[in-house]
Amino acid sequence: MLEIPVLRWGKPYESFDQQEVVHFETGEPLAKVHQANAGLVKMDMRKAQRARDLLREIPCSKLLEICKNAANLYMTAELPLGNGKQTPEEFCRIQSASTGMPEWMCAGNMKKIAFVLENMESILDSLTRGLPLDILTRGYGKEERGVMMSYQANSPVLGLVLPSNSPGVHTLWMPILPMQVGLVLKPGSSEPWTPYRMTEAFYQAGIPRECISVYPGPHDVGSTVTELCQRVMLFGGQQTIDKYKGNPNVQAHGPGFSKILLGDDVVDRWEDYLDLMVDSIFQNGGRSCINASSVWASRHSEAIADAIAKRIGPAGPTSMTDPEAPLAAFTMTGAAKAMNGQIETGLSEPGVTEVTAKYRDGERLIELERCDYLRPTIVHCANTDATLANTEYMFPMASVVQCDQKEMLKKIGPTLVCTAITEDQQWSQQLLDATHIDRLNIGPIKTNALNWLQPHEGNIVEFLYRARAFQNEAPAAH
Amino acid sequence: MTDNNNLDELVKQNQEALDAHTRESVQWHFSPETGSPYWLEKAKGFDFDPLTDVNCFEDLNKFPLFEDDELRGGPVDRWIPKALLGKPTYVFETGGTTGIPKSRVVIDDFRIDYENFSDTLPDESFPKGSNWLMLGPSGPRRLRLAVEHLAQYRDGISFCVDLDPRWVVKLIKKGKIDEVKEYSAHVIDQAMAILGAGHDIKCMFTTPKLLEALAMRLMDEGSSIEEAGIKGIFCGGTEFTQQWYRFAREELLGENVYITPTYGNTLMGLACGRPFDPADDYKITYYAPQPRAVIRVVDFDDHTKVVGYGETGRVKLFTMTKELFIPGFLERDEGEREVPHAKYPWDGVSGVRPYHKIAQSTTVGVY
Repeated sequence: MLEIPVLRWGKPYESFDQQEVVHFETGEPLAKVHQANAGLVKMDMRKAQRARDLLREIPCSKLLEICKNAANLYMTAELPLGNGKQTPEEFCRIQSASTGMPEWMCAGNMKKIAFVLENMESILDSLTRGLPLDILTRGYGKEERGVMMSYQANSPVLGLVLPSNSPGVHTLWMPILPMQVGLVLKPGSSEPWTPYRMTEAFYQAGIPRECISVYPGPHDVGSTVTELCQRVMLFGGQQTIDKYKGNPNVQAHGPGFSKILLGDDVVDRWEDYLDLMVDSIFQNGGRSCINASSVWASRHSEAIADAIAKRIGPAGPTSMTDPEAPLAAFTMTGAAKAMNGQIETGLSEPGVTEVTAKYRDGERLIELERCDYLRPTIVHCANTDATLANTEYMFPMASVVQCDQKEMLKKIGPTLVCTAITEDQQWSQQLLDATHIDRLNIGPIKTNALNWLQPHEGNIVEFLYRARAFQNEAPAAH
Repeated sequence: MTDNNNLDELVKQNQEALDAHTRESVQWHFSPETGSPYWLEKAKGFDFDPLTDVNCFEDLNKFPLFEDDELRGGPVDRWIPKALLGKPTYVFETGGTTGIPKSRVVIDDFRIDYENFSDTLPDESFPKGSNWLMLGPSGPRRLRLAVEHLAQYRDGISFCVDLDPRWVVKLIKKGKIDEVKEYSAHVIDQAMAILGAGHDIKCMFTTPKLLEALAMRLMDEGSSIEEAGIKGIFCGGTEFTQQWYRFAREELLGENVYITPTYGNTLMGLACGRPFDPADDYKITYYAPQPRAVIRVVDFDDHTKVVGYGETGRVKLFTMTKELFIPGFLERDEGEREVPHAKYPWDGVSGVRPYHKIAQSTTVGVY
């Protein structure tokens, strides 16, 4: 069987503790993943600076080339994986088998990752606002306009506590190595595939092995990574987000509560935006935090809900190899059932109606022997206080909320992506000023249409580097 | 073959001794002259008479399972056998992160347990006459007094650094990780101060997490556990895995520092680890201090049924000292049943870990 060791600064380590990753439908063992213990991580973190030192010996321009090569290797090569090898096709197959994502979605996520790596130069140019990258290496330098700039790395490595269910999020850590910061990866238990394949692609492309550690393991390994790395990106539910709120060392990624707001000036033409709403809710199986979890409109909300429901309501599970499989499975026992129960409770509140029920044959929850599915669900909320007006689940589920435009910004709550379709200049300005919206689209743009030249969920450059004052000559008199 | 025959003979002798000890314990704890108020009262509800119907260890299955909630709250003197009334008595607590902690009254048991344990320690790694560092939770747990007695019994003096695990659990539950780190650093600061104060400390009791923290602090300061003068460590109190054992020996300590895992609690005393054998791949097997305490690995669904050797089950504990009688209590642990060893010719248990059905709801390994 495939055996995957811990990677301690690139060095394989075979642990006595191993965990099997199994096929979610058949229970067939797919691989044995060796498990780190927290002490190993603590021991290794004492050498974290070495990762950054080695990366600083490679010019950023060279690292950008390495990223391009890594993208190509990731997409096309047969790469080593533990005691075996893996082609891209095998990668998609095994990722689908353990996460419940249809294979075509896994392939789509590969393309996203490759796109980011191939376009890293433009992405970093954009994220750093045009900073000459050697300033990150040396710590200081002058821009073309003659201004002295200094950036200090907040940490020699970035720790990542990665999820099990959403391969798309791995795009977020791709820019780290070319910024000359090492990687400490704690993969999710069902999705070790992307971290290992990406690590091997980086190694083969020329990143020194000592710059990346991969520590599969139990929860205390994740908490040790979080505790010891001075900068950490982690993924979890709302409880996790709340736990790390205000901790400058941790960038916590959770539910997005992404939304589409229809302005009063366009809402009578809502049918023009139906495709946009459906895609925002439904693409990638509705699993991403950038999928819309609600649509807000001051009128026509029932008709909007009905139209969306009519489009996506009939969708149901098919084979993982179906090139158009619309839904991802829930592989964790009880998760889908629990969500279904919460939705049913939410539906019992006044003014809340499920619209999809009439368009599908059968129940929302489909329980199979080893996995479950939740079929698309559109809920109409006649008021903004309903629990389901602002709830997010990992499947195509959204509420259509009736709300006056002037109330929307007060009521929507924290929002990762907000697509506001409007030409109302005054409202647009209020949207621009709204600090509870992270990524703002004004105009007909899908919530899940990412522009990688824009900051993503907190600018990674600002997270990893501190802009500061630096002088190596006395300032001019003034 | 001779070894196996000898082992078989030793196992047989120990089983006979255990049966005799069981009879003696039951007579002591259920006799109206010597027994404790708790057991004398309980016996009235049994459908058998312990004094006549318990003649061997197997007969303990006649008792209902002991529920540890019985240990919560007072009056604690209901547990003291009449024959021991009036002797100086301690109360040691276990649990206590929520609600009323479980209490156990003790007179001499902790001393006897640790004197017996002392006999299992190799003198070259735990030199007689050398001093000890006890780095872990003290009162109201028994550890501080027990380790202190161990040191004294071995002609040494114990220096103690306290850690309050209940406070650490509270901090973790509130997500106050920085405060946990500060507290841990505070504990290690004190250990470093004692180790650097010329007390000739060569032996140590600590927990896996604290040993990790101390070893790494010493490394960060260009030293090591060995260079600090420590020759022997007995380590326990929280989960001690095979993987961690290997990590400790290979990376934390080096080959010149002896470490022995232990598994114990307020009800059992101290189980000993099977002597380290590289061929075992750092497997950890514990043997209870029979006949004072016995552990059996039992079926998850039928606690009266012992699983086969190598099979997994729940750890069931029996305690039979003059001070305490526990005729079968399901521990919060599971593991694999192991064959007897020449040094400990009775059943052992390996791979001890939190019982899978309650593991998810427990905050473990805080100290």
